[in-house]
Amino acid sequence: MTSVTMTVNGKAASGDVPGETLLSDFLREHLRLTGTHVGCDTSQCGACVVHVDGKAVKSCTVLAASLDGAEVTTVEGLANGELHPMQVAFNENHGLQCGFCTPGMIMSGIDMINRYKAEGKELTDDAIRHELEGNICRCTGYHNIVRSIKDAAASM
Amino acid sequence: MSEGIGAAVKRKEDKRFITGRGKYTDDIRMENQAYGAFVRSPHAHAEIRGIDATAALAMEGVIAVHTGPELKEDGIGDIITGWAIHSKDGNPMNVGAWNPMATARVRHVGEPVAIVIAESQALARLAAEAVEVDYEELPAVAAATRALEDGAPLLHDNVPGNLIFDWEIGDEAAADAGLAGAAHITELDIVNNRLAPNAIEPRSAIAVYNDIDDHYTLYTTSQNPHVARLVLSAFYNVAPEHKLRVIAPDVGGGFGSKIYIYPEEITCLWASMKTGRSVKWTSDRSEAFMTDAHARDHVTKARMGFDADGKIVGLKVNTVANIGAYASLFATATPTYLYGTLLSGQYDITNVYCDVKAVHTNTVPVDAYRGAGRPEATFVMERLMETAAREMGMDPAELRRRNFITEFPHQTPVIMTYDSGDFHALLEKGQAAADVAGFAARKAEAASRGKLRGIGYSCYIEACGIAPSKAVGSLGAGVGLWESAEVRVNPVGTIEILTGSHAHGQGHETTFAQVVSDRFGLPMDNITIVHGDTDKVQMGMGTYGSRSGAVGMNAIVKAMDKVEAKVKKIAAHTLEASEDDIVIEDGEVKVAGTDKKMAWHEVGLAAYTAHNLPDGMEPGLKEGAFYDPTNFTFPSGTYICEVEVDPETGVVEIVQFTAADDFGTVINPMIVEGQVHGGVTQGIGQALLENVVYDEDGQLITGSYMDYCMPRADDVPSYVLEHSTTVAPSNPLGVKGCGEAGAIGSPPAVINAITDAIGNNNLTMPATPQKVWAAIQEVGLPQAAE
Repeated sequence: MTSVTMTVNGKAASGDVPGETLLSDFLREHLRLTGTHVGCDTSQCGACVVHVDGKAVKSCTVLAASLDGAEVTTVEGLANGELHPMQVAFNENHGLQCGFCTPGMIMSGIDMINRYKAEGKELTDDAIRHELEGNICRCTGYHNIVRSIKDAAASM
Repeated sequence: MSEGIGAAVKRKEDKRFITGRGKYTDDIRMENQAYGAFVRSPHAHAEIRGIDATAALAMEGVIAVHTGPELKEDGIGDIITGWAIHSKDGNPMNVGAWNPMATARVRHVGEPVAIVIAESQALARLAAEAVEVDYEELPAVAAATRALEDGAPLLHDNVPGNLIFDWEIGDEAAADAGLAGAAHITELDIVNNRLAPNAIEPRSAIAVYNDIDDHYTLYTTSQNPHVARLVLSAFYNVAPEHKLRVIAPDVGGGFGSKIYIYPEEITCLWASMKTGRSVKWTSDRSEAFMTDAHARDHVTKARMGFDADGKIVGLKVNTVANIGAYASLFATATPTYLYGTLLSGQYDITNVYCDVKAVHTNTVPVDAYRGAGRPEATFVMERLMETAAREMGMDPAELRRRNFITEFPHQTPVIMTYDSGDFHALLEKGQAAADVAGFAARKAEAASRGKLRGIGYSCYIEACGIAPSKAVGSLGAGVGLWESAEVRVNPVGTIEILTGSHAHGQGHETTFAQVVSDRFGLPMDNITIVHGDTDKVQMGMGTYGSRSGAVGMNAIVKAMDKVEAKVKKIAAHTLEASEDDIVIEDGEVKVAGTDKKMAWHEVGLAAYTAHNLPDGMEPGLKEGAFYDPTNFTFPSGTYICEVEVDPETGVVEIVQFTAADDFGTVINPMIVEGQVHGGVTQGIGQALLENVVYDEDGQLITGSYMDYCMPRADDVPSYVLEHSTTVAPSNPLGVKGCGEAGAIGSPPAVINAITDAIGNNNLTMPATPQKVWAAIQEVGLPQAAE
């Protein structure tokens, strides 16, 4: 067992977990934050994307024990009294259907906008589609996800 | 009103999903939960000589290991297929027995052999690896055409030649005669590639046995919890229906793959009873590739004859369909009554004949997946039409126009009675939206950049709203395919709708509420949709075959008719008016032409206080209905795909995709468009990227997202959508259904566009860069690009 302490959605979170525990398992099983989903076992689908120290990370691909002291934000931590602009945009633009990939899409979308803004680059439709290569959706055909992210970029 | 039928209302269900508060099966945890992991066959075909669980059982935290023979001994039944198909010689089909866990022989890679129950998921999986199974390998066969050859390995003793049935539809002599008199015949060899459905939420089950009441609860990733309960009770003997509750909570996509009741759910229920623990099993993606029902996998020869004017005079289709190692629930219906019956397409054809051989192979079962049979039929029809037009030197749109059915109802020679449609209008709308007139200029411009530009059509028709019970019963279905609904008006006037449909992405909580809001003029907020729990909702048949709108919503309409009748009686009595003068609008119940009225909630209250009801009227305001459709519904459309091919790499870019659909009445255009986006993307996935590959020995080569290519955002374009509506005459709402159309119509449009671009019609799906490049080399570069 390894003792892990991190900040998750602004609150201290700690636990004793087996060393092989993935961040996704730590969030889902230990903290019961089940908004982060796991859809594959090869780091392809992106349903598990969370933010670690402000950057998008596939939580199925990082060990919880390696994140001692880290700041983690999950989809549950986005709404602060009111919905995050990205959450609003997904609803407004019908960017989700079954909702399973959605948390990962939202977290990736926010990260992508943050990076493009920081670098002063324009987030075009093509750029959004390229940036989403690590997130698979089987329902929406991506059309409305692209619109959602573009819409959110304007209000973030 | 703004929230009624036809309004693009934002989805009510979104909030829990965008905030991470959805509740999917794997998110649920029981008090005394243990974890199941399956020991699975690494071989495609083998005898089981023995199973030694000693090492696994010795591990700390392992609770039990159970095997197939134990399950059988306890009377758990074999897994059934739901449609009895007869061969053309009149004999019933032969299907191999399917034990939930193998008893003596395994017939595909991934088949469950034993279940390990342990205190954690990680431990269960580790212990499953410690179970030693002694296999004697047998020769295996994965391709259906090979399985039919003399001397091929045989899977089941009761299935000679691996042939499940040799089925036919239509008149062979008439088709032959039509072809014999043809001025031109187009022939194609077609492979409809094998797919894996890949809902992003993997399957999951939690079985909870309560020994005090001898009662079971199953939380599961199901598109049809009531059907699950029915078969678990009636056929698998897990528990009688009143002692089994099935709950399908939020479900992360289905596309058909979550219709079926798989070995894992059955085994978990039984194991919960054996161990006295709640048993949870969640598939990982590798398991999903090995065990979720696959799709398509047809090999077809097709011949279509034309007279000198381009009128179709005959069509003959011979198909070999891979059913896999066992016949899954809809496996026998998919390549027959959902396929052969659509081989008239949008065209007026007198002579159609189709023969289908269904075959067992050493692969995971193949079953219905988004479109189910209809994508395969559409691919045959629309590849033939495009190819024929090119061969005859005709405009492919003009050839279609000459053959369109224009009068309805239209009886095809393959059972279906099309009841509505306007195929000319759809083609026209599609062509205008796709700017077909400007294609030549775009092609020339692309050529100047060294790119090959091509355009392809697909004019599809499908049958959904599955299905009239009597009709499907006569064709071999084991169940009726009606739907049920209950409308509960509460004393305060709010409404709960209980439906047997199940949403796993389709947005029923919104569209179903819109239908109710529209009818009674109530705000959406006052209406709740309840689904997915056999203890809450009366019997239901679930969601598949684009049936939730055409069947499920019409059941709600039928129940609302009864509610409305009672509301009018109560209001007429209270307001001292004639029932015929009562109108319901904007949440008020009024006497037409007067200022006399009651608020909707006042009628609700009157029904429940029962102080002043008409003589003989029962208190309460709650009505149920079963709706059994009188016909299939027939969505149709024209899809036009435009591609650019890089001749140096074979890479295909879809530069424009236009879909013009006729779905009948549209309740929520935003949601309907979303269904088209998703369906078309799955069709593009089939055409360009996706392919399940087994090697000759039945080993699964494409077992993860590293080898099975799912469409990503940059593989597909933004879509151009158009609508042209003819109302479905067979149901009160006039809806046709939209869930599957995109996946049905799109693959031939894509392949027609690529083959147009490269000038070589010899191309199979998925059209990977390697295949496209090779096809270009085969014929040389088209003139324009040289």
